[in-house]
Amino acid sequence: MLWACLRFPGLAFSAAFAAAPEAGPSALLDSHARQRLIATVNDEARAHGIRRGQSVAAARALCPALEVRPRDRDAEKRLLSELAAWCYQFSGHVSLVPPNALLMEVGASLRLFDGWPVLVERVTAGLHAQGHPHTLAATPFASASWVFAATADGMVIPAREGVIRMLGALPLSQSGLPTTAVTALHAMGFRRLDDVFRLPRPELTRRIGRAGVNWLDRIRGQASDALPAWQPPASFQQKIEFDAELDGSQPLLFPLRRLTRALANLLAARDGGVQRFTLTLEHARGESTRIGVAMAAPQRDAERLFELARTRLERTTLPAPARSIELHADELPVFRPPVRDLFEPIRGDGLDWPTLDERLRARLGDAALRQLTVVNDHRPERASRYGAPTATVSLPRGRRPLWLLPRPLPMRPDPVAVLAGPERIESGWWDGGDARRDYYIVKTVHGQQAWAYLPPGMLDGWMLHGWFA
Amino acid sequence: MNAAIATASHNLAQVLDHPGIWRRSADRQPRVRALSTGWTSLDTRLPGGGWPQGAVSEILFEHDGLGELDLVMPALAALTQEHRRVIFVAPPYQPYAPALAAAGVDLRFLHEIHAGSTEAAWSMEQCLRSGCCGAVVGWLPDIDYRSLRRLQLAAESGDACAMVFRSAEHAAQNSPAALRIKVSNSDEATYVDVLKSRGLLTTTAPLLRMRA
Repeated sequence: MLWACLRFPGLAFSAAFAAAPEAGPSALLDSHARQRLIATVNDEARAHGIRRGQSVAAARALCPALEVRPRDRDAEKRLLSELAAWCYQFSGHVSLVPPNALLMEVGASLRLFDGWPVLVERVTAGLHAQGHPHTLAATPFASASWVFAATADGMVIPAREGVIRMLGALPLSQSGLPTTAVTALHAMGFRRLDDVFRLPRPELTRRIGRAGVNWLDRIRGQASDALPAWQPPASFQQKIEFDAELDGSQPLLFPLRRLTRALANLLAARDGGVQRFTLTLEHARGESTRIGVAMAAPQRDAERLFELARTRLERTTLPAPARSIELHADELPVFRPPVRDLFEPIRGDGLDWPTLDERLRARLGDAALRQLTVVNDHRPERASRYGAPTATVSLPRGRRPLWLLPRPLPMRPDPVAVLAGPERIESGWWDGGDARRDYYIVKTVHGQQAWAYLPPGMLDGWMLHGWFA
Repeated sequence: MNAAIATASHNLAQVLDHPGIWRRSADRQPRVRALSTGWTSLDTRLPGGGWPQGAVSEILFEHDGLGELDLVMPALAALTQEHRRVIFVAPPYQPYAPALAAAGVDLRFLHEIHAGSTEAAWSMEQCLRSGCCGAVVGWLPDIDYRSLRRLQLAAESGDACAMVFRSAEHAAQNSPAALRIKVSNSDEATYVDVLKSRGLLTTTAPLLRMRA
């Protein structure tokens, strides 16, 4: 067993500032505290001298531009499980350690990823790309990994002896023991874990309690950790609420990218894909805009999902500024990568029709792509329809033009010659679309062949209905 | 001496056999891969015997209804029957399904893209480049040289047959298309005139009478 622990010190910030990246000095308030005290600060705020535990008023006095927000614990939980979804690609056993750490068993997957250095590189690069600063460490004991992730970033200790030695050198304040136990031990003159390990067990239990001793056992691997395995959920729903209303589609792209990436992480964990999802934008006065995004085949790539959602969003005219954005996907079908013949020559971009169809629809809209079908109706304008092609029905006996005008137009000047006709078409008395026409194939002054009709029994009043192109 | 000449001519023959070398002679057709037009009289006048594949063919017509679409219909019908896709980009009128079916088109493999002029050129390029379309037919009245050149490159990379319909007014303009055909009318008949053809030295190919 080798437990890797990932700690995300900036998780609270990422969760609270999900709608827009934090810029400039910012701080978070602890929502549980009775007074409004600063709980966490970012680097820029720290440079202004703002510290944890200050009151908001004091902090504002130091830096008037400070952006203060309450901690959003629910969002933190969601973000942590989203990260667990992403980590699930590296290990079959991922466990959440609230508020801001993850544990994963990587011993079993080391061979698959070509060893620890390669695995670390992939984890680090992936988290970096998603904008999550983190520290990590790995040891055979989950609790020890958790301790080292905070104190010694990048540390790997494969053997038990090494873990004990490294733990021994740690100051008590970093040991993960409860604060009361640390204070008590400090008062007794102990400084490092080494000193505590040497104490007789009954004595130690009396002084720091059963929980403290149990913790010391766990970090040394003498007691096992109960680590519930994280399970990927069966559907995806996530919402980001904005502080201010966002106008237009451009500012929505940042939260949209967050949502599609979270969805892609879940899909990777489930080894699934998504074929349709819905974006819901809420406006003032309870109005909302729903944008459906559908794909020809299940997809799972973060970039691709974002591009598709973006083109749809940009094509939609929003009636009002948006207050929140929500991504909802109910069905997460099994993902089947496209199968290609080994010897099939790949032409051009090597796209298949569904992918091309999707790309065209995303830019031009669903209505722009059409197919034609023959309908069994004698009226020429009803014999051809846009829709899914069906099995060919009986075709009209007469010659038909390749181009049909959207509606018949008066023909000027009159045709110079009649090449064929008349063909009497009389139909539709039963549905109100009554038609009674004599069709001719005629020739115009320019030598064009046209399909034109006259009312029965008449010799002029030519109506042009199609071209024999 | 004779032996030396024989070796030299043998070497020369080897060099001339190289596919990169094209010799203009009556018995050797240039190597152009083409799609039969279905009109025998036209096929014999075109290098490769039909619409060039992986290239743009430009069809310039004077008016609607001269039979300009009839010219390409047999080739398109043959493609759809082989289950290869044919895309109509921005047709000027509604393509009439009964007439298409009568011409032998399998409607399941015919798609129409309804688009404005800039979107039309983009869609046509995407379709050509994708490599999953047999032929892409576009009605692009105001396409410029640069966009045509893009289509030509896209057709080459996707190995698809591109057909661009434009007004005969553009006949005098320069064009990167591999084949240019003009459809016009005079003396009560429609004439098909090959204006330009890659792999054919004479540009004044004899007229072909249709619909006489």
